[in-house]
Amino acid sequence: MTSAREDFGLSNNARPTPAPSRWSQDMPTLSPGPQKRDERPAEKVPGGTLLAVPGAGVVALGLHLFASANEPPAEALLYTYFLSGLLIATVVAAAIQPLWSGLRQWMRNTCPLIAAAVLFLIGWELVTSVLHLLPLPYFPGPSGVLLSLVNDGAVLFDSTWHSLLLLLGGYSLGVVVGLISGICIGWFPHARYWGMPILKIVGPIPATAWIPLAMVLSPSAMFSAIGLIALAVWFPVTMLTASGISNTRASYLDVARTLGAGRIYLIFNVAIPAALPSIFIGLFMGLGASFLTLVVAETVGVKSGLGWYVSWAQGWAEYGKVYAALLIMAAFFSTIMTALFKVRDRVLAWQKGVIKW
Amino acid sequence: MVATLVSGVAKEGSSLHVANVTKDFAANERTNLRTLALDGVSFSVAAGEFVSIIGPSACGKSTLLRLIAGLDFPSSGELRVGSEAITGANAERGLVFQDPNLFPWLTVRRNIRSGLVALGVAREKHHEVDEFIRLVGLEGFADVYPHHLSGGMAQRVALARALITHPKVLLLDEPLGALDAFTRMQMQDEVLRLWQARLTTMLLVTHDIDEAIYMSDRILIMTPRPGRIDRIISLDMERPRDRSHPDFLRLRSEILQLLDFGRR
Repeated sequence: MTSAREDFGLSNNARPTPAPSRWSQDMPTLSPGPQKRDERPAEKVPGGTLLAVPGAGVVALGLHLFASANEPPAEALLYTYFLSGLLIATVVAAAIQPLWSGLRQWMRNTCPLIAAAVLFLIGWELVTSVLHLLPLPYFPGPSGVLLSLVNDGAVLFDSTWHSLLLLLGGYSLGVVVGLISGICIGWFPHARYWGMPILKIVGPIPATAWIPLAMVLSPSAMFSAIGLIALAVWFPVTMLTASGISNTRASYLDVARTLGAGRIYLIFNVAIPAALPSIFIGLFMGLGASFLTLVVAETVGVKSGLGWYVSWAQGWAEYGKVYAALLIMAAFFSTIMTALFKVRDRVLAWQKGVIKW
Repeated sequence: MVATLVSGVAKEGSSLHVANVTKDFAANERTNLRTLALDGVSFSVAAGEFVSIIGPSACGKSTLLRLIAGLDFPSSGELRVGSEAITGANAERGLVFQDPNLFPWLTVRRNIRSGLVALGVAREKHHEVDEFIRLVGLEGFADVYPHHLSGGMAQRVALARALITHPKVLLLDEPLGALDAFTRMQMQDEVLRLWQARLTTMLLVTHDIDEAIYMSDRILIMTPRPGRIDRIISLDMERPRDRSHPDFLRLRSEILQLLDFGRR
């Protein structure tokens, strides 16, 4: 039997051990799973990929040294250090990659992207510091933004921390309330009858439209911001949870009933797991809505956070700081988004091979 | 076989009684058609007996099984297991559908275990999960998710899941209907083996005449719309049965003729 299985290429060590021979005819064609393109044994990194980043780095550095002749020295020097550091790091990486397959893998995937980013920096420097095509102070060069990022690092860090607290508070409140109301509306006909109209009327109003009311009702801007973010998250989470729950395949529920399941089991062990893919879509939509509401709330009411920092820097016409804050925001929000993707990949691991992500 | 799972004698009170059951689906507003799915259906299945129901499509076979499972209620008539009336679904009557309906978010082991969890006895009966995995021959696959399984394997998991709660009656709604011919014959032996090992009362709905003859002690033949029991055939052939035996073939053509309503 073993040899027969080998003939069919089924003797991979990673698969479960074979069952007794009696079942051999019905042996599963265990799907090998989605094969990732990148999982081939790491080959050589193409020369072009290897040279792309150092090449672009040399051009960027040369251009900067040429342009920085008439720039303030502190600003020019910092960006010079940055580009030189990048250049040295990539040359070192290119030198040691033949010895380290993990690095090789990573470089194959990311070098083209890094090179493109350096090209973008070159273009930016070109239209600002070199050719002066864009008006100052609205469009500082990359060196100016880097200087703001470093000089104002402490304030930016503090703002990010405050944004994180506000976001976590509002998002988790919205998710908890949204899940509860979504499950109730999805499962109980009475909750659906009374809840659905509220959801349909109140839900679509953008959370930021409630700002005037929130300012009147709430004792502090912090509270009202948390409430607004929670409201923004609540709507998509409730909607998609309710839809996921009420679309649970009836036959799953029938099977569970004939296994002796009571209502608690049906809700928590059948309907909720079955609704999870839908619930995660709601969580992602809610996260997007929470970013928007966070920044708006910080701009108009809360006296801290990245949104506040942007409008404050704009007030002083320090556009380098505005862009620095935007960079931090991009990193901050995409990190949170990535974290949620990781959670989903874990929770919905059973979907792998069923659905293509 | 695993000794603890072989009961040897049918469980007491696991006979099934259906008395004068009628199921009437209320008129739909648009079509204004009242559907009489079952009309005065009566029969009994003795404890540990294997009975098949055969009939043309839309004769109410699946409706009948849903009533017995307690997932739906008859318009009139009475359903009993032993001396107890059926009032709703519970673990006393297991149900296996044509689609295995495994929970895709649970591994094979946890699917099989789900009946114990639902009953709140997962901890004390923990050891039975492995026994049932072995009983259906899925040892190496306990931690695999259902989408990795072939149709036959998935249906074996569904059988193990339905049996782990030790139901008095197992209802099978065309459980092998979606399998290819070879897997199907193999699974017929498999179901018979499980039945002989556990002596659960079995009620199988099928539209495969060979399957009914191969497996059952008795065959109920139903007429379509409204569903009635037309004929009950008792089989006393030795098991395992030979599908090419003259008696088998004679019975087969007899039933084919019976099912050929109106065109006789």
